[in-house]
Amino acid sequence: MTTTAAGKGTLGTRTMRMNIGPQHPATHGTLHLEVEVDGEIVTNCRPHIGYLHTGFEKLAEYRSYNQFIPLSDRLNYLSSLNNNIGFALAVEELLGIEITPRCRVLRVLLAELGRIGDHVISVGLQAMDLGAFSIMLWTFVEREKLYDIFETVSGGRLTTSWTRIGGLSRDITDDFVPLVRKFVEYFPGVLDEIEKMLNRNRIFTKRTIGVGRMSKEEAVSHGVTGPLLRASGVAYDVRRARPYLGYDKYDFEIPTHPDGDVWARYRVRMAEMRQSIRIIEQALENIPAGPVTALDTKFALPDKFSVYNDMEALIHHFKLIMHGHGFQPVPGEIYSCTESPNGELGWFIVSDGTRNPYRLRCRPPSFINYTAFPKMVEGAMISDMVAVMASMNVIAGELDR
Amino acid sequence: MNANHPVVARFRERFAADVLSVEEFRGQTVISVKAPRAVEMLKSLRDDAECPFDMLTDLTAADYLRLDAPERFAVVYQLLSMLRNERLRVKAYVSEARPEIGSVSSLWGNANWLEREVWDLYGIRFLGHPDPRRILMPDDYEGHPLRKDYPLKGRGERSHFPKYTAEEAP
Repeated sequence: MTTTAAGKGTLGTRTMRMNIGPQHPATHGTLHLEVEVDGEIVTNCRPHIGYLHTGFEKLAEYRSYNQFIPLSDRLNYLSSLNNNIGFALAVEELLGIEITPRCRVLRVLLAELGRIGDHVISVGLQAMDLGAFSIMLWTFVEREKLYDIFETVSGGRLTTSWTRIGGLSRDITDDFVPLVRKFVEYFPGVLDEIEKMLNRNRIFTKRTIGVGRMSKEEAVSHGVTGPLLRASGVAYDVRRARPYLGYDKYDFEIPTHPDGDVWARYRVRMAEMRQSIRIIEQALENIPAGPVTALDTKFALPDKFSVYNDMEALIHHFKLIMHGHGFQPVPGEIYSCTESPNGELGWFIVSDGTRNPYRLRCRPPSFINYTAFPKMVEGAMISDMVAVMASMNVIAGELDR
Repeated sequence: MNANHPVVARFRERFAADVLSVEEFRGQTVISVKAPRAVEMLKSLRDDAECPFDMLTDLTAADYLRLDAPERFAVVYQLLSMLRNERLRVKAYVSEARPEIGSVSSLWGNANWLEREVWDLYGIRFLGHPDPRRILMPDDYEGHPLRKDYPLKGRGERSHFPKYTAEEAP
């Protein structure tokens, strides 16, 4: 940290300008804050971002739609499955194709598991930043178990690249359902345990209740979505407001909290994980049989086994993969969004009728949520700033793209 | 929202001279407008009595250099009405010669950063913006990388990166 004198504050003392980050353990990624402090009170906060800018949107213009899927993993790397699914849905909406019922249910299953994986880490890191280190270790154990499940479906643990346009890279294996059932059975117990550790923990409650307040109006004006918006008392969830993947058929609630502080965000995330478990239980009961990929649409990649054993599939594969080929959506522009763990993950795609997107914009929930951060911390203590930042779950990969 | 929605009709009536087109594709409505009165138009949508678009979901731009479009750039506003659960897209076309448009940072809190990003990556100036700095690229960067005439490889920024030798070290 470097400090420089800058201007006069109260009590004849001088305010100080201080840099926190880009390398700082409390920022969980390359975030850089330039704060002006009067003693321990933050009087002005200017976040500097872009340290992890990778140019995904530019790269996308030089890749076909399926080739972008591995890049989508790297946006919010805590929930790559949700990014894969959101992107595939956006392109399918542009193409106007339907996916198979089995694919739809599997995507719901994995999206909810991905949401749990993101929220559980977010809660764990939030607790760690406030001194409860053991919670972080517990939540990482849970995430490893989720990663085992992701590995059985996609082969990857962190970067899954699981979806394909019009389907999935592969069907689930036989051990998937028992693994998920086992997880669903014992995971609520883990949530209870975390709540036992935190809910009546005086350090945790004192450092979260009333800290980093954001009103309903402020949240809406800043375009804040996801758990942060719901913690400010707005029951808005894209899964309800703009149902996709048949979410309107599932029975779940949208947890909200009226306070809009760090505590409220913790409570909302915990409640959302319980709702995700409910959705998973319903989806597990009803996994339809049939193919995972809508082959008849001519847009989806056939699976490897049929490519080697079936002439039709080989032709499809050739027409989609070989240089100069690939599916070509009609020219047009769409905006499609899904509820990712951090909020509304939107895709604005401009197609010029070629195999690459002409323009691909990712609406990053972290970036837009982060715009409200300076307002939340001005007037707070430096230590509260850490609590607020942890509660926002800002992921640098998605923030800077 | 479909293109016959009363909000769209009201909007067309009020800003008839500046509306270029209203299109619907896959159930999504997009209103294309001329840039000069964009702020006034967006304010009228935000403050609409029946269907207020109180949330600016996203603000971005597109470079139509190789496509048929009224102007080279368009600033794209994705609006959401929390009350009515309706979405609307407004595209304001900005010319290559004068890439500038009014800032909506006084209307929505998140527009400040989103407009900085559009300035950074597309070089479109937002008049009246309180903090017109770059946001993703370094402050001393030259050029606007998401423009279509900007090469994917860059313009040699990597090879021209300032190098320091051991002798120069302080």
